[in-house]
Amino acid sequence: MRTGIPARVGQYAALLAYLAFLAFPFLWLISTAFKPPRELGSLHPTWIPENPTLDNFRQAFDEQPLLDAASNSLIAALSAALIAVLIATPMAYVMARRRTRLARAATGWVVVSQAFPLVLVIIPLFLVLKNLRLIDSLFGLILVYVVWALPFALWMLVGYVRAVPSELEEAAAVDGAGRLRTLVSVTAPLLAPGIVATGLFAFVTAWNEFFFALVLLKTPEKQTLPVILTHFIGAEGVADLGPLAAAAFLATLPSLVVFAIVQRRITGGMLAGAVKN
Amino acid sequence: MTLVTATWRSARKVPLDRGAWFLVLPALIPILLLSVGPLLYGILLAFTDSQSGRTEPTQWIGGLNFRDLLQDTLFWESFRIGLVWAVGVTVPQFLLALGLALLLNQDLKLRWLARALAIIPWAMPEVVVGVMWRLVYNPDAGILNETLRDLGLGDGRDWLSGLATALPAVIVVGVWAGMPTTTVALLAGLQNTPRELHEAAAMDGAGAWRRFWTVTWPALRPVALAITALNLIWNFNSFALVYVLTSGGPGGRTRLPMLFAYEEAFRYGQFGYAAAMGCVMVALISVLLALFLVGRLRGGDES
Repeated sequence: MRTGIPARVGQYAALLAYLAFLAFPFLWLISTAFKPPRELGSLHPTWIPENPTLDNFRQAFDEQPLLDAASNSLIAALSAALIAVLIATPMAYVMARRRTRLARAATGWVVVSQAFPLVLVIIPLFLVLKNLRLIDSLFGLILVYVVWALPFALWMLVGYVRAVPSELEEAAAVDGAGRLRTLVSVTAPLLAPGIVATGLFAFVTAWNEFFFALVLLKTPEKQTLPVILTHFIGAEGVADLGPLAAAAFLATLPSLVVFAIVQRRITGGMLAGAVKN
Repeated sequence: MTLVTATWRSARKVPLDRGAWFLVLPALIPILLLSVGPLLYGILLAFTDSQSGRTEPTQWIGGLNFRDLLQDTLFWESFRIGLVWAVGVTVPQFLLALGLALLLNQDLKLRWLARALAIIPWAMPEVVVGVMWRLVYNPDAGILNETLRDLGLGDGRDWLSGLATALPAVIVVGVWAGMPTTTVALLAGLQNTPRELHEAAAMDGAGAWRRFWTVTWPALRPVALAITALNLIWNFNSFALVYVLTSGGPGGRTRLPMLFAYEEAFRYGQFGYAAAMGCVMVALISVLLALFLVGRLRGGDES
């Protein structure tokens, strides 16, 4: 199909407008992170810092326990992603291969859990975790993150399992492989890329999460990065812009890197789970 | 719910044996204990006077919380703001994402760049999105006011603390943050539309507009409906963005229901009352969503 030249020009103009809209806030964040205080106070801010500096980064580390926060975030996100994938994969396998009432209920739960406002979940969770003395503890937060990551993990993994033809497993069974053997040496290797993608996605979601961390963690040394970031904004909403931008920029990097790696697979997985009929 | 039925067609009907239970339980137990259980517990809490840090035992008070809630004009104002926000974000989000998805479906040179950039809002922590836009909206050092000054459009203003501008300003951020997910979903839908049909329609002399409505849109509709419904729910329940941007201010103009309930529960310790708010939110949103979906689906049958 041919597209006329005026239409093409219009398309490129529209695409450029989209690119500008998507990119400019992030470019501005980077620009602010490298500006010295004098330029930040200037009434005519520029896109490119005139005297770029790393002072904001140093100051950000001085003002808030960023290293602690980063390690808390890392521990929480890594453990949550690992555990979630570990327990979701077998369940997703059963949901994809068997037509049972349980699997149907689980699919229902995946859908319904998207609709409930978090406040209805967090109040009882807060009370339960308080009884278990798991408030203000990273372990308590990890438990919550695991369960919170499960709906999406199950959704993705069910799609990936269905993409593995069950004839392969049947062939292995005919050849005399036991059930566990079939799972481990036939199904698992084929699923591996999907499992990794799901785990990485769960990592990013947990790394970015704010609401549960805000409610469940009280001591600054135990808080995760997103919560610590809000401490840069004072009670009156006045913020020290430079360090705030620097810290926000650093907190984003891991998510961007991981996401860039898995994005393609995730979109593929969402398709497998959602559109295929 | 075509997604759900799709699962069932491809699966065999066999009751779970011991081996299967062994595979299911590691995930099922946490789901029951930390998701299903708390949800039911949360609904029960709505009928009690549960408060934080109180020594007396919690009492059943029946529908009292809900009766109070009916009188609570602040809550209904917050609910109204939540609806304005959810619709105000979801509709432009859908239109912009549709435009972008249609562009990305063409053979354009900068496609890879657009795909890479679309990752940014998607991967970013919501808190960082909020922080970033605070920098953009900053009255003095922000790029928005500076651009307006350069273009000679006045001195700009304090967008996030102006009574009239705060809600529109946070809505723009909401649109920006949610565009990638919607674009990806729509792009997936577009790539499922049959190319031959498109070409046949072009041969018959149908213009681009005509082709969109007769070929593309019918194929895209299920995906469009699903993602719009999800976006409405997600946006209505959103919290972190607005918490960081305005914390509900100025004067409650951006206080979404989630922020309201959060304050009620964790600032004032009114657990029972906040749980009742959560119940009302989920009930009303389900009703509105059901109406929306029924309306849309019926509209489709006629055409």
